[in-house]
Amino acid sequence: MDNKNHRIIELEHVVVKLAGDSGDGMQLSGTQFSDTTAIDGNDLATFPDYPSEIRAPQGTIAGVSGFQLHFGYHKVETPGDLADVLIALNPAALKVNLKWVKSGATIIVDEDSFQEKDIAKAGFVENPLDDGTLDGYRLIKAPITSLSRTTCMELGLDAKSADRTKNQFALGMLYYMFSKDLEVGAKFLDEKFARKELVATANKAVLEAGYHFAENLQEFAVTYRIKPRKDLKGRYRSINGNTAVAWGLMAAAEKAGLDLFLGSYPITPATEILQELAHMKHLGVKTLQAEDEIAGINSAIGAAFAGKLAATSTSGPGLALKSEAIGLAVITELPLVIVNVQRGGPSTGLPTKPEQADLMQSIFGRHGESPVVVMAASTPANCFHYAFMAAKIALEHMVPVILLTDGYLANGSELWKVVKMADLPKIEPRLVKDNDPDYMPYRRDPETLARSWAFPGQEGLRHRIGGLEKEDVSGNVSQDPLNHQKMVTLRQEKVYRVANYIPELKVYGESSGDLLVVGWGGTYGHLISAVRDLQSDGHKISLAQFNYIYPLPKNTKDVLKGFKKIIVCELNNGQFIYWLRTCFPEFQYLTYHKVQGLPFLINELKENFNEILKEF
Amino acid sequence: MTSHQTTQSSHPLSKDDFKPDGPVKWCAGCGDYAILAAVQTVLVELGGRKEDLVFVSGIGCSSRFPYYINTYGFHGLHGRGAAIATGIKIANPSLQVWHITGDGDSMAIGGNHFIHTVRRNIDMNIVIFNNRIYGLTKGQYSPTSPKGLITKSSPDGVIESPFTPGELVMGAQGTFFARAVDTDPKMLRDVLKAAALHNGTSVVEVLQNCVIFNHLTHAAITNKETKDDNQLYLEAGKPMLFGKNMEKGIIRRNNKLKVGVIGEDGVTMDDILVHDPTDPEDMTHYNLVRMGLPEFPVAMGVIRSCDCIESYDQLYEQQLAAARQKSNIKCMDDMLNSGNILDL
Repeated sequence: MDNKNHRIIELEHVVVKLAGDSGDGMQLSGTQFSDTTAIDGNDLATFPDYPSEIRAPQGTIAGVSGFQLHFGYHKVETPGDLADVLIALNPAALKVNLKWVKSGATIIVDEDSFQEKDIAKAGFVENPLDDGTLDGYRLIKAPITSLSRTTCMELGLDAKSADRTKNQFALGMLYYMFSKDLEVGAKFLDEKFARKELVATANKAVLEAGYHFAENLQEFAVTYRIKPRKDLKGRYRSINGNTAVAWGLMAAAEKAGLDLFLGSYPITPATEILQELAHMKHLGVKTLQAEDEIAGINSAIGAAFAGKLAATSTSGPGLALKSEAIGLAVITELPLVIVNVQRGGPSTGLPTKPEQADLMQSIFGRHGESPVVVMAASTPANCFHYAFMAAKIALEHMVPVILLTDGYLANGSELWKVVKMADLPKIEPRLVKDNDPDYMPYRRDPETLARSWAFPGQEGLRHRIGGLEKEDVSGNVSQDPLNHQKMVTLRQEKVYRVANYIPELKVYGESSGDLLVVGWGGTYGHLISAVRDLQSDGHKISLAQFNYIYPLPKNTKDVLKGFKKIIVCELNNGQFIYWLRTCFPEFQYLTYHKVQGLPFLINELKENFNEILKEF
Repeated sequence: MTSHQTTQSSHPLSKDDFKPDGPVKWCAGCGDYAILAAVQTVLVELGGRKEDLVFVSGIGCSSRFPYYINTYGFHGLHGRGAAIATGIKIANPSLQVWHITGDGDSMAIGGNHFIHTVRRNIDMNIVIFNNRIYGLTKGQYSPTSPKGLITKSSPDGVIESPFTPGELVMGAQGTFFARAVDTDPKMLRDVLKAAALHNGTSVVEVLQNCVIFNHLTHAAITNKETKDDNQLYLEAGKPMLFGKNMEKGIIRRNNKLKVGVIGEDGVTMDDILVHDPTDPEDMTHYNLVRMGLPEFPVAMGVIRSCDCIESYDQLYEQQLAAARQKSNIKCMDDMLNSGNILDL
């Protein structure tokens, strides 16, 4: 801190966006910086925004990869609408992200990358650094590529590898700007490149070079600090939605006294669930990377028949392929968790972007009368809780459960208070003792209507199940008309009765008022932020965020009737509103939906709600 | 089709242990009955706990099998039996898993699951009832129907080339393949037993007759009058001889298999190939499964049986044990408190 005029200003929260080519290491450096802020005790939410091409042509708009981080002193609910600081490693990154930064924001660019050719490739006519495009922003030009190269050359790294370190130079500047501990960043690199010592050394050197470069800049006479969140007490970790799902399933397996089996097939943005669980053999987790989505779920059904907590993970198109097998799980009444990490569709659609357009598919998308439980997680960290609950419901009610998350929850991270296994609810699978003389495959619990679960290897309980309709109680094959009617009704009623075992719908705010905002799943952070802002402006507005969708919580109707108007907000063309109109046709619903492969913006929500609130 | 029966398994097994309570509902004269009887006999001979037996199937006439044998059973989806069986075996490797399928179920809709199951070498026994027709949907051609076959969906004759299941097994690096006919109970039993004892995926193709929709499709192979000339029963270490008086045999000329008659064209016993099902690199296995009428007899018996690699489930259990031993993380609380944690 040689700069004699140096001052540190305390901020409440900051939104930073890192952007560059998809090979520039934006996701890595973003994760590195968010881990550092977490260790500082800042609350955080992240949003990686990356293209579906692995390496689109360098310097083009298509290849821009971004990572947004919102960190602060208070509870942080979203990655933030607009950035306070943008790092753009090339003109294309600047072009794509300029509309996502606040006016007056700090923009750090790699001036080495603003050559005529690069500027044209990004679609600028003139050099945006000179033509007034960036008037009204605080522009910091840094020779990031050349200084990274110089640093690396001294260590003997080749030019190509040297260029891969430039994200660390930019990050070093951020560490200085926000008074972050370089040691934490260095430790991250040591772990990341544990098997490549030279690469680790070079990255650390470049990180440090960026830090010192910033230190000597007049523009950084003022730097910032965000204090640790003082209401956080206890043990925390930073977790993303996919990891949280994997861990939630593992926790459920342990709690139920069972081993976990996942049959899955790689698909963006759900793949990390398979990868995470493939690394958990030490806890008895078995995974099968199947030949296709269909084999993924069918192997899971086999594992469920054989007595495991069985799950399969996928995204929209994969769920479509699994729908035949979900029907089999419905009629065999086996416990099964199907995790659908939603992405933009239909078809391949926007594979790396979030959307909530698989709701209809989850509720209705099968042949025959085929009810399953549908639920949704609403923050990256609570994916743990809802994966756990999905497994609990599947095991205790002998029913397939579809758990919906989305690309935003899956890849986004937040701070999560570590749970203790002893504090989690019990899970009691419907096990049968060997040689139980009363065992019948389709004899049911009178309260839940769940059948019992006996599996191969158990003595005196041999039975056969399958896709043909079953006779009530005995489970024998039956084509009897009245029996079929009865079984259809029983399977439906079993799903309805899950409502007796799930929590009531919570209202954030007063339980009556002018406007009830209704959301479901991953939109929680944006909706609660908008609703809280308007509440503090004095409006009678509340939020109801649904996690349990089929069946709906029992108090849903009571919640809805407390408000003069209801607006249903979702990232699709209006699917949950359809479901609510079906279940509660007595209410009028307004809608706000968006299908851009992007999360809501808090501001657009507020503007919309304000329009409605004007009438009161 | 009774779905559940509680009988305890403290006595030695007999065929009665596997008898279903309900009626078996295949057509009278169907070849499936012979296969069922052979399987029951083999299970008795093999011994073991009957609770550890699981029969899994897809859809089709053959796939009703689990309802007709009193073990644990799962009647799955069309083509998906192999995937369901895979999940069962990985979940509990101590189970003995049988996958019963047909030529439509395994070669058409389930073709992908079939080849990948074989490639993984999961320890299960796959029995393909090959009648070269779709029976349960009443008579459409299947992927094993011969060219020219006229069926309800090929009124002018099939113009597709048929699959030979054994070729797919070889292509998928399968470790066991055998073939039998439904008319020879002893051959069936021997082959099924060898399949059950094999560690890894064993595939048994049974040439089975559909009396209703493809009657006598295998007649040239199974007829009393022609079977000696049209079947080559392979046994490990024995010369590949066939014919009424074992006067014919398989020889290799110009690197191709040929039928030779001993004493004709200079062919002697020394020219007759000796069967070795155990060598994984032996391309003769591939040549043998491709042999067909009229140029060749059809190869029967255990054509390939290589204990060359460990089964998937064995390897998986080894990895699990190693991971358990290596890791300090023994439970979820350990896991939750490991790595990057932050105490505030």
